[in-house]
Amino acid sequence: MNTSVLEASSTGTSALEAARLMLARDIRLALRKRGQLVQPLAFFAIVTTLFPLGISPELSRLRDVAPGVLWVAALLSSLLALEFLFRDDAQDGTLEQHVLSGQSLTWLLFAKTVAHWLLTGLPLAVMAPLAALSLGVPAAALSGIVVSVAIGSVALSLIGSIGAALTLGVKRSGALLSLLTLPLSMPVLIFGARATDLAIKGAGFAPPLYLLGALAVLGITLAPLAAAAAVRISLE
Amino acid sequence: MPERRLQAENLHLWRGDRHVLRGVKFCVNSGECLQITGGNGAGKTSLLRTLSGLMYPEEGTISWCGDNIRRDLAAFHADLAYIGHEPPLKPDLTAQENLRYWEGVRRKFATHEMNNELGRLGADQWANRPVRTLSAGQKRRVALAGLLLMAAPLWLLDEPTTNLDAAGQRLVGTLIEEHLGRGGLVVAAIHHELTVSAAAIRRLELSSK
Amino acid sequence: MAWTWFHRLGSPPYIYGLAARLTPWFAWLSAALLIGGLYGGLVLAPPDYQQGDDFRIMYVHVPTAWMSLMVYTTMAVAAAVGLIWRIKISHAVAASCAPIGASFTFVALVTGSLWGYRMWGTYWEWDPRLTSELILLFLYLGYMGLRSAMDDMQRADRASAVLAVVGVVNVPIIHYSVLWWNSLHQGPSVMQLAKPTMPPSMLIPLLVMLLGFTTLFAALLLVRLRAEILNRERTASWIREAVTQ
Repeated sequence: MNTSVLEASSTGTSALEAARLMLARDIRLALRKRGQLVQPLAFFAIVTTLFPLGISPELSRLRDVAPGVLWVAALLSSLLALEFLFRDDAQDGTLEQHVLSGQSLTWLLFAKTVAHWLLTGLPLAVMAPLAALSLGVPAAALSGIVVSVAIGSVALSLIGSIGAALTLGVKRSGALLSLLTLPLSMPVLIFGARATDLAIKGAGFAPPLYLLGALAVLGITLAPLAAAAAVRISLE
Repeated sequence: MPERRLQAENLHLWRGDRHVLRGVKFCVNSGECLQITGGNGAGKTSLLRTLSGLMYPEEGTISWCGDNIRRDLAAFHADLAYIGHEPPLKPDLTAQENLRYWEGVRRKFATHEMNNELGRLGADQWANRPVRTLSAGQKRRVALAGLLLMAAPLWLLDEPTTNLDAAGQRLVGTLIEEHLGRGGLVVAAIHHELTVSAAAIRRLELSSK
Repeated sequence: MAWTWFHRLGSPPYIYGLAARLTPWFAWLSAALLIGGLYGGLVLAPPDYQQGDDFRIMYVHVPTAWMSLMVYTTMAVAAAVGLIWRIKISHAVAASCAPIGASFTFVALVTGSLWGYRMWGTYWEWDPRLTSELILLFLYLGYMGLRSAMDDMQRADRASAVLAVVGVVNVPIIHYSVLWWNSLHQGPSVMQLAKPTMPPSMLIPLLVMLLGFTTLFAALLLVRLRAEILNRERTASWIREAVTQ
């Protein structure tokens, strides 16, 4: 039996270690339900397919709209994936324990969002070149697309975490979550599509890529704070 | 053993239009247990959540060891173990994994310590099955093992004996007694009689109106 | 002494009474300014050498666009005050601002669209100002949507406050990214007349209209605020006396 029961703080975990544990936990949990992870990617593929069906099978026409199509599909898929971020923890009571853990909630939620990006955003960046090829994008542009979607999806995950935290416990929150998240994600769409467009034309796409990076950095610094405030409010 | 005290002064809480807590005040010292009683909707859960800092009272203060808990909420939480109605366990993780992640965020501990506590609650036989395969009573036992593992001086418990058989209920009583004996404090919404000596137990009745 | 004044500001009955007394002042003032400004803009100001009489819609479009932004900022500040210091009346102010701000945004969009029709022949163009106004409308709708999704008033207040603060931080980001996007694609030129080169006869009515809309916002806010207070405090004892007066 533990006799040092009243001296817990001396063997306390550091914030970084706690964040690492949270990351490991979320990844382990997601890998146990691998089927769910595929859904946003399947959605991305389906949405990308809708455009040729709706516009034209000619690759030359599709190439023109490819940046917009890819990024809109990426935005909508990341929106779908946001369901998996906080909702399970809120339902089984573990989110409450995160708040009561004595650790910085901001750090813990940041770790959760990083795990979420690794499981949904990064795979999206890997899939994007495949979708791009189907829209007639030249192979030389593909590396640029992977990088821009990878960075952009970081920003999208972080912006989305705010909306996901705000709508915890709201029934049928899909439409509301989109209404909250999409306007805030428009700058990501603008810069990401521009970067993809330049990559397709073979021009240097560094400026919009830097802007995308700036949005991601801004998201990293501010979004977990807002998400933590929103989580606390949902538990009040 | 350091002396600790939890004190609540003049707590008022509204949920929408309902005045749920009306001037609640009490004081719990080391080695004492406060038993909260009251009918459904009387505010037992609201009181516990307010004491844990999850809910914010419109009026009144809560102090831990003389300091307002709002001054350093993280430090208060490090001393606090709160178990709500539902055992906070991830269904897809095993009992051991749940404890590893739940407690590891709070403090480092050795694996044998965790297995000891699981054994104490009689949960070691099913410790490496996913929690979703366990019955409600088994889940409750795992959550109580987590409570012990937290090694926190203040326990806030909301119906800790739910879904437990008679042996389990007696065990909870024993665990509380031992905790009090070590100088711990307990505030619990618990409706059955605790096997704790009369001197150590106080009662607070909440009424719904 | 100053502290009691501040404390009274947080008291709903006091604000309820104060709002009732102030509303007629703002209402009459705004009516005078708006009528005066419209007369100055529609009748007195000379026609623009490029657009003729079409530019006159600016006297409604520009002030309402400006107000839509100003109201959002006011809403965000009130929400932040309510969130940080837990002052409930501040949340009531933020809630009252939202529909007024959304209406201003809508009017700015409609007048902008009509102006565009006169200038370009189409009812909609993706020029940066109109696009930003449209996104601002979405932000307002999101705020109001989040509020209405929650039954518990306190949770609705606090969650929408976080959203308002996040929104106000994003407004400049969205504005500049839309401006950047538009400049890349040689979009239609911005329809704003540069203020320094505007003759006073054109400029003064514009400023009068701006002031008129600001006082109109104040009057509308006070009216809505009283309704919000009635709704929130409906079980309180002071309501019965206040309403029967």
